[in-house]
Amino acid sequence: MSNAEIDDSGRRSAIVATSVVGGIGALCTAVPFVASFAPSEKARAAGAPVEVDISQLKEGELIVREWRGKPVWILKRSKEMLDSLAKTEAKVADPKSERKPSELTPEYCRNQARSIKPEILVAVGICSHLGCSPSGPFPGGANVALGEDMGFVCPCHGSTFDMAGRVWKAKPAPDNLEVPPHMYLSDTKLLIGEDKKGA
Amino acid sequence: MAAGKKEPVVFTGLGGLDKPVSNLLTWVDARFPLMENWKAHLSEYYAPKNFNFWYFFGSLAMLVLVIQIVTGIFLVMHYKPDAAKAFESVEYIMREVPWGWLVRYMHSTGASMFFVVVYLHMFRGLLYGSYRKPRELIWIFGVMIFLCLMGEAFFGYLLPWGQMSYWGAQVIVNLFSAIPLIGPDLAIWIRGDYVVGDATLNRFFAFHVIALPLVLLGLVAAHILALHEVGSNNPDGVEIKENKDPKTGIPVDGIPFHPYYTVHDILGVVIFLMVFSAIVFFAPEMGGYFLEYNNFIPADPLKTPEHIAPVWYFTPYYSVLRAMVWPFFGIDAKVWGVIAMGASTLIFFFLPWLDRSPVKSIRYRPTLHLYFYIVFVVAFLILGYLGTLPPSPVGELVSQVCTVIYFGFFLGMPWWSRWGQFKPVPARVTMQ
Repeated sequence: MSNAEIDDSGRRSAIVATSVVGGIGALCTAVPFVASFAPSEKARAAGAPVEVDISQLKEGELIVREWRGKPVWILKRSKEMLDSLAKTEAKVADPKSERKPSELTPEYCRNQARSIKPEILVAVGICSHLGCSPSGPFPGGANVALGEDMGFVCPCHGSTFDMAGRVWKAKPAPDNLEVPPHMYLSDTKLLIGEDKKGA
Repeated sequence: MAAGKKEPVVFTGLGGLDKPVSNLLTWVDARFPLMENWKAHLSEYYAPKNFNFWYFFGSLAMLVLVIQIVTGIFLVMHYKPDAAKAFESVEYIMREVPWGWLVRYMHSTGASMFFVVVYLHMFRGLLYGSYRKPRELIWIFGVMIFLCLMGEAFFGYLLPWGQMSYWGAQVIVNLFSAIPLIGPDLAIWIRGDYVVGDATLNRFFAFHVIALPLVLLGLVAAHILALHEVGSNNPDGVEIKENKDPKTGIPVDGIPFHPYYTVHDILGVVIFLMVFSAIVFFAPEMGGYFLEYNNFIPADPLKTPEHIAPVWYFTPYYSVLRAMVWPFFGIDAKVWGVIAMGASTLIFFFLPWLDRSPVKSIRYRPTLHLYFYIVFVVAFLILGYLGTLPPSPVGELVSQVCTVIYFGFFLGMPWWSRWGQFKPVPARVTMQ
């Protein structure tokens, strides 16, 4: 009696059903393991706004404060630095901060200087390429990558940014530096991580 | 020992062994295929008799794997996978643990030497067409081993928690954020935090010491089993199994791996260990190429070092990443960079099908092919060198040219590998 004569379709169906149910079970078991990779409750909770006193900030000086584990730059721009923005306007990829505006530029900073007060730039010092922290600010002629312009240079892959954190065209970084939500508590006190909308 | 007249002679194939030993082996063999495996993989595995210099690197890769596993076990005994303590614990190993500096330098030198040996081993495959039919799976397992090694090196590099560890991990994890739609969430999922942090360090530690070594061992076993199934290639690219002794069924150009190649490989091991020890004792940092200077500074999430570069074995692919600066088809240059870098490592998988040359070995291929190999190797080395340098406009242009050569070599292979006048392949292997 050859195998062909045995009607084993019932057995085959049972094998298929068992495999499918078992497979679903195995997949469901993978869920907690995969989910355990996500940030823990503790990591989610960390991220409170940071208060910064800028009364001592000198013209042309850049200070770095940690917010959500990232470096946030607070730069008091000189007139020369602000004037440089007109010169770089044609060289940058997104002069009007129109790309991913909800993530990168709060509404109140969608201007040429990308700031609330023209001279004070608040930006997350993380390159939009692969997350290195750009160096700078360099004065005009101080860095090969920038040529005669002022700005920032990412040491990892050479992306360049102008004095408002706007990325140059044809560089690895696709986007401008992120301007975090921020607000002035007083003339000299900045709150980073929260703005009036959120408050 | 000597069998008396009344005692039957038990043939075990182990002439010269003491009877107790041979009895023990008989006992074991009735319960476990010990002799069977010994024969299949060593004493009766017939390898071509014409192996040359290039054939040392397979066994040397095994040696380095053992060095890495053993030194790794001892490092784990003192290392602390905690963002607050990791850097300190590595310094503790270097300064306070008796001989800790030696174990750690062996491990760090071993990492670089692993890539030296594996790159040479892969180049051997390229020279003699060792990936061609019927050895495609050996090659594919090999490329998987290579990728797994890159993973090991990457995860391991975060563990000392220096500036290079931190920013290197930051850059590589962010590569995933370039993937459209799911990218940013995927990067957070990989890090386990919004930035590279303690959670990242802990999981990288788990991958480095448990997950990937297990995968690696499995792949090495598969690589060798596949090799022993089809038999080794050789510098002539002649199939020795096509010419067997009619009486014994053994390839006439084959010699048993043991003792011939085990002894032969000991020579390679001795020379390799001389080089290895010289590096460990006299130049463990290798001028900043094996251990980068910036990694002697503890990780600082607020400041990227002025010049960051991956360790030398990653720099060719890193240059390919940096070379992509144009947003083709409306897709970010960043995405293209990641695609190009991924493709530059994954393209090795397709080599067995890209190469259409009628002969395997470079010995019988047109001289033109040798020139192509030279151009490819030079482009690869230039990419590697540029990857160690800070970005510059000239470097960018040169790396773009070399990236085109790199991909052109592989993607043009189906055509150029058939060009030119091929030399006749001998029926038997030659001894040169």
